[in-house]
Amino acid sequence: MSAVVAEHDDHHDHGPAKGLLRWVITTNHKDIGTLYLLFALAMFFVGGAMAMVIRAELFEPGMQFVNPQFFNSMTTMHALVMVFGAVMPAFVGLANWMIPMMIGAPDMALPRMNNMSFWLLVAGVLLLASTLFMEGGAPASGWTLYPPLVLQTGKALPFAIFSVHLLGISSIMGAINIIATIFNMRAPGMTLMKMPMFVWTWLITAFLLIAIMPVFAGAVTMLLTDKFFATSFFDAAGGGDPVLYQHIFWFFGHPEVYVMILPTFGVASTIIPVFARKPLFGYSSMVHATAAIAFLSFIVWAHHMFTVGMPIAGELYFMYATMLIAIPTGVKVFNWTATMWKGSMTFETPMLFSIAFVVLFTMGGFTGLMMSVAPADFQYHDTYFIVAHFHYTLVPASIFILMAAGYFWLPKWTGHMYDERIGKLHFWLSVISVNVLFFPQHFLGLAGMPRRIPDYAVQFADWNMISSIGGFIFGASQLLFLYIVIHTIKGGTGEKVTSEVWEDAAKHSLEWTLPSPPPYHTFTTPPTVIPTEHI
Amino acid sequence: MKKTKQLFAGLILMAFGLGTAQAAYTLNLMRGVTKVSNDLYDLHMLILWVCVFIGIGVFGTMFYSIYHHRKSKGHKAEQFHENTAVEIAWTIIPTLILIGMAIPATKAMIELDNVQESDMSIKVTGHQWKWEYEYLDNGIHFFSNLDEGSNKVRQVGSGLDPRSVPNYLLNVDKPLVIPTKKKIRFVFTSADVIHSWWVPDLGWKKDTNPGFINESWTSVDEPGTYRGQCTELCGKDHAFMPIVVIAMNEPEYNAWVEQQKAAAAAEAGSAGKEWTKEDLVAKGKAVYETNCASCHMPDGAGLPGTFPALTASPVVTGDINAQVKLVSEGKGMMPAFGKVLSAVDFAAVVTYTRNGLGNSVGDAIQPLAIQALQSGIPVAGKNE
Repeated sequence: MSAVVAEHDDHHDHGPAKGLLRWVITTNHKDIGTLYLLFALAMFFVGGAMAMVIRAELFEPGMQFVNPQFFNSMTTMHALVMVFGAVMPAFVGLANWMIPMMIGAPDMALPRMNNMSFWLLVAGVLLLASTLFMEGGAPASGWTLYPPLVLQTGKALPFAIFSVHLLGISSIMGAINIIATIFNMRAPGMTLMKMPMFVWTWLITAFLLIAIMPVFAGAVTMLLTDKFFATSFFDAAGGGDPVLYQHIFWFFGHPEVYVMILPTFGVASTIIPVFARKPLFGYSSMVHATAAIAFLSFIVWAHHMFTVGMPIAGELYFMYATMLIAIPTGVKVFNWTATMWKGSMTFETPMLFSIAFVVLFTMGGFTGLMMSVAPADFQYHDTYFIVAHFHYTLVPASIFILMAAGYFWLPKWTGHMYDERIGKLHFWLSVISVNVLFFPQHFLGLAGMPRRIPDYAVQFADWNMISSIGGFIFGASQLLFLYIVIHTIKGGTGEKVTSEVWEDAAKHSLEWTLPSPPPYHTFTTPPTVIPTEHI
Repeated sequence: MKKTKQLFAGLILMAFGLGTAQAAYTLNLMRGVTKVSNDLYDLHMLILWVCVFIGIGVFGTMFYSIYHHRKSKGHKAEQFHENTAVEIAWTIIPTLILIGMAIPATKAMIELDNVQESDMSIKVTGHQWKWEYEYLDNGIHFFSNLDEGSNKVRQVGSGLDPRSVPNYLLNVDKPLVIPTKKKIRFVFTSADVIHSWWVPDLGWKKDTNPGFINESWTSVDEPGTYRGQCTELCGKDHAFMPIVVIAMNEPEYNAWVEQQKAAAAAEAGSAGKEWTKEDLVAKGKAVYETNCASCHMPDGAGLPGTFPALTASPVVTGDINAQVKLVSEGKGMMPAFGKVLSAVDFAAVVTYTRNGLGNSVGDAIQPLAIQALQSGIPVAGKNE
């Protein structure tokens, strides 16, 4: 690096490399954070375009646009791209940008691995996307890749599996880096129980990732050997069991969905106190609730499989264990409400998205509680009711909080203020259309519409059309966000941004003590005062 | 024009919100027609009301706070950030609510699981993409496919109106018939991938796993027709393998059983006779449209890159025995039809593909030859 700025003597204060190469070789946590966030935003639109294909086909009964096989590829790829290409990388991007600045560290602990983990992600997602153009089409078995169905995939199968391996390696590297950074690079005085909630939730998430990604890699490797090397892990004819795959997959899959929601909790716990002008209510119970949810996520996996044919003892155990999740999750919602209580609230765009998150995530939580009841799940399972449930916990929860984080920290990252009016317009369009999109899906599921179907009986027509209209408006509204991001990077409103950006934000967390935008290298000497407002 | 109208209707519905013009479809789970489905409905409503009650409390508090505790109204922020009593309360109370929910849920689960003391058993086998029913007590055995009307409309770009078909996508050529007021035990398995058998009015769904047996049960009091669908993604035509159950009072059911036995005997007879090529081609066209057209297309053109064309295909225009073997055993995404089609249907569809769809190979294969072959075929799914 120092060669690039050879005329400088001060190696501690050099800037980035010049030109495009800067982004390829960078080891700077801010650059890598930006790369992750922009890549995630791009994939959000790719996955979103696939969702638009799905909603267009479902706009009316009958088959209008795509054949059923391609429709199944769309549902599969939409999920894989959104999970592994958009939501997870977006949170890793936030972690890269914010964790060092929040704990007073100069950079991530393992900067070269950081670079590698980003480029492996790009390779993995591109490999996955390339399967769309292969003979036999992209995987069409749903993102869960259940055998025996997934073994009927054409040429794409080994490529999809290798792509999962790459994504897994990338995630594990990212997780190791985050854990190493948090454990080794905190500023003096920043004890674990003084860390901002976002750092805490990411620490716990990183442990989840290290525990589960190898399990997923193992599961798909068994698919690979079943298909090409004559093993029979999941084939009854050779002594295997297709349901074994589901157990392994969901041992990964359930913690995986918490990988997408725990950092969401962290961001919400960061934003709400700033705009309520109050400390976070129940900091230590928030930390403990996060840890409890993470622990429970490992022992509830078979609630995704209530109808697969388990013994009654299994059904009952997984029902009871799943119901328990409602307790720590409830604690979190109550804490956020108590944080707002008797505050002095203002409603800038990040706060609006955060409040919508608390309300709509709780709705997703309610339907989750309903589905935890095993006998009732014999009706709900694999219908649009579950589609509504997990989209409520992912779109107006994870995605909304990512939007909130964007609005909250863009002024810090760029030194420019976004346009509040367009931000609010984006919020209101999003929050209304997302409910028009997903709320009717509860009705469809209860009325008997199965998920993953490209065509349906005519009694489901009206709600599907309404849902599709909501989907199109929601999709189009996100172009506003793209506009706002570009506009803000290019100078925004032109308003001068202070280091705090938001009123008294520096009382809550260290990043607000730095100039906006922060210099290329920050906290090369550790901060001396640790904010404690959030505790 | 039709689309514009529907779009407009959709927008009006949105504008008026819920509660208007909705007689035609339900918003909630239906009670169903069995004791289990009624118990599950009550359980569903109980949890729903618990959620509504908690929701009103939490959201009510939040919106009260959002309205009153805002800076623009001059509210000054208080700085409290913990309260042990409150925190204990909102941990204990939800725990008690959960215990209250778990008790009826456990009872319902045990009831759902009890397949003992059944009056009769039906074996259900999932296939890509049809259901196979076998009455284990009297030997009745048949396949149930999507009905012809729906099948025509649901082809990509058919341009036909789904509303013109009664029970679009929820109708079959041969429904499952059960007697009322009997405890019927179902055993489930699959010949290929995992499917799931769901009739909402019966109150449950159950996965069909290849190589394994699952069980469930039902007892229907009132005669009627109950419809459902496959609910586990099982490939391309997952949306097109519905389930129809007709519950009949015992005398009608017994008459149906006799009728089925007579029809089976007639079918067995027809496989034994010598068929002309023309008769096979004529019958084969219908078999092709039910079983093959959704991938290979009604005109045999296939779908380039995904499903091969049959017109001028080297397999179809090549050795007839090689084609029979491929159709019988399946390949990749193509299901194995050896145990799925009757000898007559099998011979007819193969003969049709060779002498229709723009091909003119000129030969034919007799049902008797297929019968001989089928008796030597290894059993699919290892479950018979």
